[in-house]
Amino acid sequence: MNQSTPPFPAWGIPDPVRGVTGTEPLLAVDDLHVEFATRQGTVKAVNGVSYSLNPGETLAVLGESGSGKSVTAQAIMGILDAPQARIPRGRIRFRGTDLLRLKEDARAQVRGRRIAMVFQDALSALNPVFTVGSQIAEMFRVHQGMSRRDAEARAVELMDRVRIPGARQRLHDYPHQFSGGMRQRIMIAMAIALDPEVLIADEPTTALDVTVQAQIMELLAEVQRDSGMGMILITHDLGVVADVADKIVVMYGGRIVENALVHDVYRTPAHPYTKGLLESIPRVDRKGRELYAISGTPPNLLDMPPGCAFAPRCPYRQDNCTTEAPPLYRIGSTRGSACHYWREVLDGSHG
Amino acid sequence: MGRYILRRLLQAIPVLLGATLLIYAIVFALPGDPIASMYGDKRAPQNVVDVMREQYHLNDPFIVQYWHYISGVFQGDFGRTFAGVEVSSIIGSKFQVTLNLAFTALVMEAVIGVGLGLYAALRRGRAQDTMVLASTLVLISVPTLVTGFVLQLLLGVRLKQSTGIEFFPISGVADGLHSYLLPAFVLAGTSIAYLTRLTRTSLAETLRTDYIRTAVAKGMPRRRVVGRHALRNALIPLVTYLGADLGTLMGGAVITETIFNLPGIGQELFRSVYERQQPVVVGIVTLLVLVYILANLIVDLLYAVLDPRIRYE
Repeated sequence: MNQSTPPFPAWGIPDPVRGVTGTEPLLAVDDLHVEFATRQGTVKAVNGVSYSLNPGETLAVLGESGSGKSVTAQAIMGILDAPQARIPRGRIRFRGTDLLRLKEDARAQVRGRRIAMVFQDALSALNPVFTVGSQIAEMFRVHQGMSRRDAEARAVELMDRVRIPGARQRLHDYPHQFSGGMRQRIMIAMAIALDPEVLIADEPTTALDVTVQAQIMELLAEVQRDSGMGMILITHDLGVVADVADKIVVMYGGRIVENALVHDVYRTPAHPYTKGLLESIPRVDRKGRELYAISGTPPNLLDMPPGCAFAPRCPYRQDNCTTEAPPLYRIGSTRGSACHYWREVLDGSHG
Repeated sequence: MGRYILRRLLQAIPVLLGATLLIYAIVFALPGDPIASMYGDKRAPQNVVDVMREQYHLNDPFIVQYWHYISGVFQGDFGRTFAGVEVSSIIGSKFQVTLNLAFTALVMEAVIGVGLGLYAALRRGRAQDTMVLASTLVLISVPTLVTGFVLQLLLGVRLKQSTGIEFFPISGVADGLHSYLLPAFVLAGTSIAYLTRLTRTSLAETLRTDYIRTAVAKGMPRRRVVGRHALRNALIPLVTYLGADLGTLMGGAVITETIFNLPGIGQELFRSVYERQQPVVVGIVTLLVLVYILANLIVDLLYAVLDPRIRYE
């Protein structure tokens, strides 16, 4: 691989991906830090993450387990595990208001109503002892004070909308009586019940089989198109991202290592980690050959290496990588890469 | 559902038969002679002994004696004591007292145990939580015998002496429900402590589940998250414990009934074992076994009500 001597850029401040219009984005995470107090010490799960989302836009947040992608989402929702979790720094601006500075009751006005979330495993994320109908209707009853009958009628409408066959008959069924895909549809119905402005989908298809995955992604895309909400799609599956996302943020060790418009990433990754991820996707034309895997293991968040967190696994590593943490270098107006040698990576991608 | 209940009740028959046989054998094996014990220090006249041994089949081998007993039971005759009183009439009047005591204790256990458990679970790691845990530990460690006498002395005798008002009767059942309060609390003591701890753990565990996170993310107020979403799930193991505990409470009433002089089956059982009144002992213990079986059946049926994932047929 190409490993020529790089230029030496100065330490910079991570720059959020700005919306194309340049106005205040719908949701902007700015220099967010999240720590967890554990018996072994402080786990720094998120270390200065910034990204933004505009209405009608889909932002894919990509990364492996422990990269901080879900924790960031939970911080936005305000559902981090108290009292272990702490947000020492950062802002989460929603339509210009910093959610982190709101009082709990003001925050509760936003949660579920204006920013909603779909979780990974719908079987464990739905309450096993209540009917799906009551769990959907609850959104209207609690948030809008609707009567039971009206709320149930709305629940049926929603179940129809997410295409659950025989919605009216299934209203009084329990979560365990549905298939995985149908359960995830119910999660989505619950999340979009009050027409939120932002929908966070945290690995919505991970627990499903491949054919169902495609249906759920299609449904999410359709729901988003109809309502014009912004969507944050958290995933570790690059294949899922390509079709639905507008822009992408790649996270590693609690930091953003690359952000870009989605087609740029697929064509020319600018960070060795992204590149590794793309190369590890199985491809038909390479059938029979050994699958590519990024060597090494993810960093221990209790004991982060100095310098670049990816350095121990990086094929582009130079001496300064283990001592100097790379900032998110700006590459053009819509792109950034936290690699001292992004030029080489980019060139390598072209060649 | 109906077939399930029927099957469970049919299954109870061999269990009850086995229980009677076992208890009959154990009392049979006890040393001492029942007729001699009736006469205390004096020697029983030989002709009386001969007649009674014949009348109560005491000269027959064990299995024949048991047969006489169990065939009587199937005809509705639960036997007589050596003084000639019908066992069914003895148990009938005393069972009500024990039932009152056990149910009062069960209600106390449920209210105090679940209440304290919830209180501690919602304040986990804080001073109140630690205090609840410490006091349950004390309650578990101190035997009923001690709590019984201490509370009887403090809340019964001393409180009455110092205020002149009788808050808690210390003996007998003359005051209705009022006279059951203190003995029921003593009887429930250990169970309250265990249930408190169980509730605390169960709720704390439920609060960590994914569906609780979902409820929070849906913007549900905390009261609804805890009181509806979490509690309903956390209740399931508690109901099991409470159901199984009813049997324990009725069986455990022996000591409490003795301390507070309550004329229940516990006291009667103790005396009957002492006097080797075989039909009385077997009758009472079999009744306790029946209560246990029924309580378990009710618990299993309640499961299906609380948890829709459980269905019987």
